[in-house]
Amino acid sequence: MNKFYRNIFIFIFAAPAFIVLIGVVFYPFIYNVVISFSNMNLSHIKDWHIVGPKQYVKVFTEPTEPTFFVIFLKTVIWTVVNVTFHVVLGVFLALLLNQKIRGRSVYRTLLILPWAIPQYIVALTWRGMFNYQYGSINLIITKYLHLPAVEWLKNPEEAFLSCILTNVWLGFPFMMVVALGALQSIPQELYEAADIDGASWYKKLTSITIPLIRPVMIPAITLGIVWTFNNLNIVWLVSNGGEPSDKTHILVSFVYKAAFNLYRYGYAAALSMVIFFILLVMSLTFMKSTKATEAAY
Amino acid sequence: MTSRKNKKYYLKAATHAVLVLFAIIAVYPVLQVVTISLRPSDKLLSTSLEIIPENATLKSYISLFTDQPFLLWVRNSALVSITVTLTGVALASMSGYAFSRFNFIGRRMGLLSLLLTQMFPATMLLLPMYLMLIYLGLINTYLGIIITYTATALPFCIWTMKGYYDTIPVSLEEAARIDGCNQFEAFYRVILPLAAPALVITGLFSFMTAWSEYIVAAQILQDTALWTLPLGLKSFEANMSTEWGLYGAASLIVMVPVVVLFLVLSRWLVSGLTLGSVKG
Repeated sequence: MNKFYRNIFIFIFAAPAFIVLIGVVFYPFIYNVVISFSNMNLSHIKDWHIVGPKQYVKVFTEPTEPTFFVIFLKTVIWTVVNVTFHVVLGVFLALLLNQKIRGRSVYRTLLILPWAIPQYIVALTWRGMFNYQYGSINLIITKYLHLPAVEWLKNPEEAFLSCILTNVWLGFPFMMVVALGALQSIPQELYEAADIDGASWYKKLTSITIPLIRPVMIPAITLGIVWTFNNLNIVWLVSNGGEPSDKTHILVSFVYKAAFNLYRYGYAAALSMVIFFILLVMSLTFMKSTKATEAAY
Repeated sequence: MTSRKNKKYYLKAATHAVLVLFAIIAVYPVLQVVTISLRPSDKLLSTSLEIIPENATLKSYISLFTDQPFLLWVRNSALVSITVTLTGVALASMSGYAFSRFNFIGRRMGLLSLLLTQMFPATMLLLPMYLMLIYLGLINTYLGIIITYTATALPFCIWTMKGYYDTIPVSLEEAARIDGCNQFEAFYRVILPLAAPALVITGLFSFMTAWSEYIVAAQILQDTALWTLPLGLKSFEANMSTEWGLYGAASLIVMVPVVVLFLVLSRWLVSGLTLGSVKG
């Protein structure tokens, strides 16, 4: 009898989990796979049928402007540049904050701000700041640095740079907070012992600090890579949907446009699958390669 | 001796200088929003860099509440966000418990697939859901957006809850059982109160997902009467010259409560994030 009740209890608790998984993960995923092999688009929204891997072929071969490979390369640049700056700035600021200095908690609070503000407000505000004539960035450049104003949002390169700057600003606090937590858990005795041995500042950083914050930073960096690769908000809102002329897209904003502005559902579903596999392979190799070097310590 | 002291002094000064510089960079865009919101309507486009503009006025704030549907957007956003939070916390606290305590068929695969959802590009869930909502006739309804938001927030919430339950010893439930609680009582009298920090993180995360989301809302809510705050604010921005002041005022009002909440809870949020991911 007791066992019977226990099973009922397990069922009551596990059932929502399964319903959720089926509704939220499996069903959309499978549906997405089905659409990716179909010809669904705005004119074939109800009477679609399976057409085989045609959409996948289109993803790689269609001469869209820009092509898949150009956008992919841009996405890689976007991810690498952003995550690198996030980690370097985050760890650097965490090291500064991890000393006994006056006003530490005030600095910490102010430096977390970019993470706390809703992303769409960040994006729209920075878009305003990048305005050619009235944006404060150009005003600072011309008034204080006496340099010529920059056409931030009109030229493809500058517009892409604007997106990156916004995202770097937005992302470093996360890494800073994670690194700070890791730094605080390093026992102080290690540094004292190193001091007695006469270790230099640099030696302490590479032999104590970095190896010891690594286990915490690796998962955070993996998360950071996935988030950045998939960050639709910033690119979409800062560049106003890929302006100028679709030259600022990363893969996720390009596929969003294909799905919701151009109504190419089959194509968008196929491209989504491709993005998912790229991301999966990338994070798995990243986790693996960092594990491999971990064993070397 | 003195040179060493001097060196230390300079090092401290340099540290403060760098921190002040970065603090200014972090705060500056927020100050920008303040400035914009205080500008008089004939000076919205100004090339001045002053923080408090000349002839500063609160007119944008007043107009926001009197002749703009701002309060309607607040109400819509609150309705959607609170529903998403309650559903998310309820479902995640139960599902997380099942994943943490019981061994059932498909448990490992379930956990793995939750992790995989984090790598789905936004459109991968959004497009099938959007099409499903069309078939069900839920486009332009609160229910449609609530389902989508709950779906996006849930995997992370379940992971966080599961990770936290894992740190609570099973012996506590066993003790409660010996004291005469049944399994359900042991859960909600003993384990749930202990998991309060994780519940807070889960709740905050679900709330922020719904409160600050633009991309999904733009597809699902086309009727202006249903607009949430992000859609409303974007409409001000799109019309930069005339309504830029309204955008500033509205952003500030929307931002302040979320930012305060976030700053207060940020320590917990990070421990939850690392718990969820390290144990992955």
